[in-house]
Amino acid sequence: MDEKKLAIIATKGTLDWAYPPYILASTAAALGYEVEIFFTFYGLQLVRKDLSGLKVSPLGNPGMPMKMPFGPEWFKNINWNIPNIIQAGIPGYENVATALMKKTIGNNGVATIPDLRDLCLEAEVKFIACQMTVDLFGFEHSDFIDDIEYAGAASFFDFAGESDICLYI
Amino acid sequence: MSDFDDELDASGLNCPLPILRAKKALNGMDAGKVLHIIATDPGSVKDFEAFAKQTGNELLESTEEGGKFHFYMKKV
Repeated sequence: MDEKKLAIIATKGTLDWAYPPYILASTAAALGYEVEIFFTFYGLQLVRKDLSGLKVSPLGNPGMPMKMPFGPEWFKNINWNIPNIIQAGIPGYENVATALMKKTIGNNGVATIPDLRDLCLEAEVKFIACQMTVDLFGFEHSDFIDDIEYAGAASFFDFAGESDICLYI
Repeated sequence: MSDFDDELDASGLNCPLPILRAKKALNGMDAGKVLHIIATDPGSVKDFEAFAKQTGNELLESTEEGGKFHFYMKKV
């Protein structure tokens, strides 16, 4: 059986959007796929050494339920429908939402992003960072983990052109 | 079914961790040996079927008992 290939472009830099690329890459690797992730634009946040800057914001995102991860069941079931203008106006709102999301992630036995990233690297998922966006955002190579290569769009197509599945996330 | 060589308790873990842990456990086993996996994620029922289909490992049995899912996976 020929090894199948999965190519992913990761373009989002928030805590919630960090999950799809890392979950799919680690699972595909476990299924025997050869996997490559190309990190570009805000996706570069997912390969920084320090992942504590990843946040989630319910602001302008009507699809995100805002529920409390603690307290009695009736309290946890409330969906806090807080108007955008209040979310935007309260300093630290994003930090609170991020802390609540991390607590919810833990409560549900969902892996943390640093863990999933390590699992990907252990499974030899290949990471490539877009050099153009590294320069554009003023990052240094020292901001990123060591297990990563730097290249451009042509390198992505070298792998993606032969892939069985190609995802833009 | 009670015959197995290794056991993995993935209770409380959510997608994709049961699959990733199972893959890791199978890596350390010899061909023909059986891994017993215990999980609580309801999604794992379909996922272990899909895992077996795609990796060639044989899912000998998949059962549910008191909210726990038991899988017996024979390494190819």
